[in-house]
Amino acid sequence: MYVVDESAKPTKMRWGELDEEDGEALDFLLPPKQVIGPDENGIKKETEYKFNDDGNKVKITTTTRVRKLANARLSKRAVERRNWSKFGDAINEDVGSRLTMVSTEEILLERPRAHGAKAEETKIAGDNLAQLGKGGAVLMVCRTCGKKGDHWTSRCPYKDLAQPPETFIEKPASTETAMAASGATKGAYVPPSMREGAERIGGSDMRRRNDENSVRVTNLSEDTREPDLLELFRTFGSVSRVYVAIDQKTGVSRGFGFVNFVNKEDAERAINKLNGYGYDNLILRVEWATPRSN
Amino acid sequence: MRPILMKGHERPLTFLKYNREGDLLVSCAKDHNPTVWFADYGERLGTYRGHNGAVWCCDVSRDSMLLITASADQSVKLWNVQTGAQLYTFSFNSPARSVDFSVGDKLAVITTDPFMGVTSAINVKSIADDPSHQSGESVLTITGPTGRINRAVWGPLNKTIISAGEDSVIRIWDSETGKLLKESNQEVGHKKQITSLTKSADGSHFLTGSLDKSAKLWDTRTLTLIKTYATERPVNAVAMSPLLDHVVLGGGQDASSVTTTDHRAGKFEAKFYNKVLQEEIGGVKGHFGPINALAFNPDGKSFSSGGEDGYVRLHHFDSDYFSIKI
Repeated sequence: MYVVDESAKPTKMRWGELDEEDGEALDFLLPPKQVIGPDENGIKKETEYKFNDDGNKVKITTTTRVRKLANARLSKRAVERRNWSKFGDAINEDVGSRLTMVSTEEILLERPRAHGAKAEETKIAGDNLAQLGKGGAVLMVCRTCGKKGDHWTSRCPYKDLAQPPETFIEKPASTETAMAASGATKGAYVPPSMREGAERIGGSDMRRRNDENSVRVTNLSEDTREPDLLELFRTFGSVSRVYVAIDQKTGVSRGFGFVNFVNKEDAERAINKLNGYGYDNLILRVEWATPRSN
Repeated sequence: MRPILMKGHERPLTFLKYNREGDLLVSCAKDHNPTVWFADYGERLGTYRGHNGAVWCCDVSRDSMLLITASADQSVKLWNVQTGAQLYTFSFNSPARSVDFSVGDKLAVITTDPFMGVTSAINVKSIADDPSHQSGESVLTITGPTGRINRAVWGPLNKTIISAGEDSVIRIWDSETGKLLKESNQEVGHKKQITSLTKSADGSHFLTGSLDKSAKLWDTRTLTLIKTYATERPVNAVAMSPLLDHVVLGGGQDASSVTTTDHRAGKFEAKFYNKVLQEEIGGVKGHFGPINALAFNPDGKSFSSGGEDGYVRLHHFDSDYFSIKI
């Protein structure tokens, strides 16, 4: 930060005697440089004073963040190697070469989620098989690959799904994915417009149909957000839009939201299943958004 | 953690290797120049110019003075690590695929690809103390496996050589006579070609990664299968932590699914598994292309991954990595 300290009083030297080159001689008039060392956030502030070209006293504050990336404890030989000179293509490397950069994003070792993690596919498959054994229980069968045990191909729309609670396990009936799956055997090319999740250009017709499949959810907890609703409702079918009303001042949910399904049948099933469902310690109320006669 | 991105290569990475003390990292790529970096901040130290083809593999001697690299230009070269000078070139009739120094750095095992009538072979060369006295003769040549031998390493005390390759069978050879001692069991072994192999820090077990979307842990002496780690992507690279019981797998993408997956950038991840429980601990995302190389720093506190995108990503673990509990 470059701050011109306008309030600094001009010195009482006679300007006629001042030479351009003698600027440095006046340094004794300046307050000393101050360094406020790295605090717990690693922020270091240096304040120095000098005279700029017009003879004004200026205060320059430099704020840097000192960040320790890692602890390197080097052996004696490693310390020697640190002083090796560059060779090969690195000979003319200047400081400005952008070969090595620290990532701007913080990358975490992402733990698999407790439910529906990809690594636990075999477990889920095992659960499905067990439910098969329970006899008559309807279970989640991956359509695209057809096999019950080893499923969840990369194209399977339900691959990343949270393991739904037992009451909701039904055959995925989403027509879009059925089309894509039946139209293509495993491995055949499916054009982008026909793939799962593809946006169809249906025009206003589609949009209207969408709004008629709007489901209102009330009695949501304070910290419920769009992703939570999406996760909860996507088991019933493709969801085109989720919305949770949020109080702008406090940031908490106002307790209700809307979920738009692509298909009316999915919306209907969602209402039937989730109305009265306990979610985050509250009983949800799920109904059609606009009053409908079925 | 904040990975350090190093873009020193214009072409996909093929191999990464730390030196014994963990302060240098050598990266090999399909562009012809292996590069050496400082392993703390990722600053580039230099490049080794001389090869005329993709460099598939490398190894560094224990004193970090000698570097050996295997290249598709049918040669294996010895370099002075510090100056980048070429010390010697071993010539072959086919592309060289893998190199490994023996314990003590007196011998090196080199594998060559099947090429134009020549079958794949495992060659053992003697490394002289003084490069000017280096001879190009093979101490031992082993042939037998069909298909490419993707990796060959020395067994404990240099008594054996372990090889794995395209025919998905792991073989253990006697390093003095060249006799085949053991082969991995076909039923429990890999079903597709083995792309990578890495030994544990003490050499008692090793990990192989294969295009059959799994990695398997084997006992070095008996070649029994100990553990299997399953993923959903073909495995291109494997690494084992010298400090904790973690294995890391890096993989790619089936060619058939390339056109139908979404291109969310940075989606390719290195997956961490608990070595004993075979369960996934987590993944580190960030690469823009399949991961072709993985290496752990010998101190276990950092690791690096090299991808098809030409980037080397150097990760220093946060303190919470060391307290992960299942």
